[in-house]
Amino acid sequence: MKIMTCPVNGPRNISEFQWLGPVHDASDATDANLVDRLFFAPNPMGVLREWWRHTPSNTVFIAERDLRSDEILRTYLKGSDANTPESHA
Amino acid sequence: MPIELLKYGVRRGHRPYRDIPSTPELRRSYDVVIIGGGGHGLAAAYYLSHYHGISNIAVLEKGYLAGGNTARNTTTVRSNYLTLPSIEFYREGVSLFETMSQELDFNVMFSQRGQLTLAHSDAAMRSFRLRAEMGKHAGIRAEVVDAQTVQELCPHVNMDFGGQHEVLGGLWHADGGTARHDAVAWGYAKRAAERGVEIHQRTEVTGFSVAGSRVTEIRTNRGTVLAGQVLQAAGGMNGRIAEMAGIQLPIRCFPLQAMVTQPLKPFLDILLSSSNLHTYLVQSSRGEIVIGGGTDPYQLASTRSSLPQKEALATGALQLMPFLHNVKLLRQWAGITDITPDFSPIMGASPLQNYWLDAGWGTWGFKATAVAGKRMAETIATGRVPDILMPFALGRFARFELLNEMGATAAGH
Repeated sequence: MKIMTCPVNGPRNISEFQWLGPVHDASDATDANLVDRLFFAPNPMGVLREWWRHTPSNTVFIAERDLRSDEILRTYLKGSDANTPESHA
Repeated sequence: MPIELLKYGVRRGHRPYRDIPSTPELRRSYDVVIIGGGGHGLAAAYYLSHYHGISNIAVLEKGYLAGGNTARNTTTVRSNYLTLPSIEFYREGVSLFETMSQELDFNVMFSQRGQLTLAHSDAAMRSFRLRAEMGKHAGIRAEVVDAQTVQELCPHVNMDFGGQHEVLGGLWHADGGTARHDAVAWGYAKRAAERGVEIHQRTEVTGFSVAGSRVTEIRTNRGTVLAGQVLQAAGGMNGRIAEMAGIQLPIRCFPLQAMVTQPLKPFLDILLSSSNLHTYLVQSSRGEIVIGGGTDPYQLASTRSSLPQKEALATGALQLMPFLHNVKLLRQWAGITDITPDFSPIMGASPLQNYWLDAGWGTWGFKATAVAGKRMAETIATGRVPDILMPFALGRFARFELLNEMGATAAGH
């Protein structure tokens, strides 16, 4: 069983979570890079910041996950990240 | 023991017959370098060497021959897509499979047994009607059938699901079939090698030198080569390879998992899939039931398997055929697919003049092995993208001219 830690509900089975896709920088949402934003999603051979949802409690949060190893490095609520306090989520 | 056999056994210097020559030393330069020694790359090498007189070709494969997604896919060959450009392209793909064994003089075990996709909802039936009409318009065999016909085509299928998801009907595609994936790759490799194409296994591309708008050099772990033209057909690594060449592709990697049961006597003589359950079943020529489905629910570039996905596949298989419940699984695996936003491939030109793309093949590439190879070879030999490939250009995303095949691909197989 793969475990993901919900920032509100703690460690839960991954089957309780829904993947919602990469976190975009809000300042990216311009006409000029509309095509990039829509179609050219990040596909790093490394860590991706992404939205997830704990479905039973409808908690939407951010996870940092390594796309090579599937290792979930950390999870946190939007705006609660110490490193990026004004979280550009 | 017959004396001839004894003599054969003790003879010195006996060389076993090989279909595929061993990997030679890399030469300094090639007319065409193909990145990726899977079905698509090898097919392109075959068509270049047999139809366009270009044999000074190196196929670079980072692992072993056809060991990536060519080895991992579930070998469905069909053309019942939704958009006209797709149906026309895949129709040519199916027709090339029909003659492939003769063309290559190599048995690829193509079995055109027909594909049946089940609908368990009115929405699925509606989408099937659209696909069937589009298919008829494009000249393929695709028709909507009712529940009774489903039962005639596949008497083993569980029709009522205990009152849930009962089978309302299906999309019958008589052109659908399956072939032996390894044989397809080996057949193309063998015939290409006979014309002098070099197949370099365990040769990983590590970078490119780009001058102006041309790729000049390709760096590998075994040395650097000069290339006149380059074809990228690298399966799950397409995004990464393109990035090395400075090209961004609208590709995300998702694992696709599959598994096979122990061999059973032949009973399933069609390809069976369910668009609602995201599961499909086919019995291989060895008797195994191949169980496939949709990709993993989140992005990943690892070929690890996961229990939830295998459980989902098994659940779907048991709903379709509850009598499989005591059958043991023999093998399971995953591959990395390169998924595009519209579930259609990216073929043709790239921003670089001598660098051609055969990418974004996601979960649907095997059926196009022959046609992609043939048409990409034509593209490279003539320097012009043929009309049939034009709708699949990388530039379609910026023009919002997407070829949406999500419904006919992700849920359809």
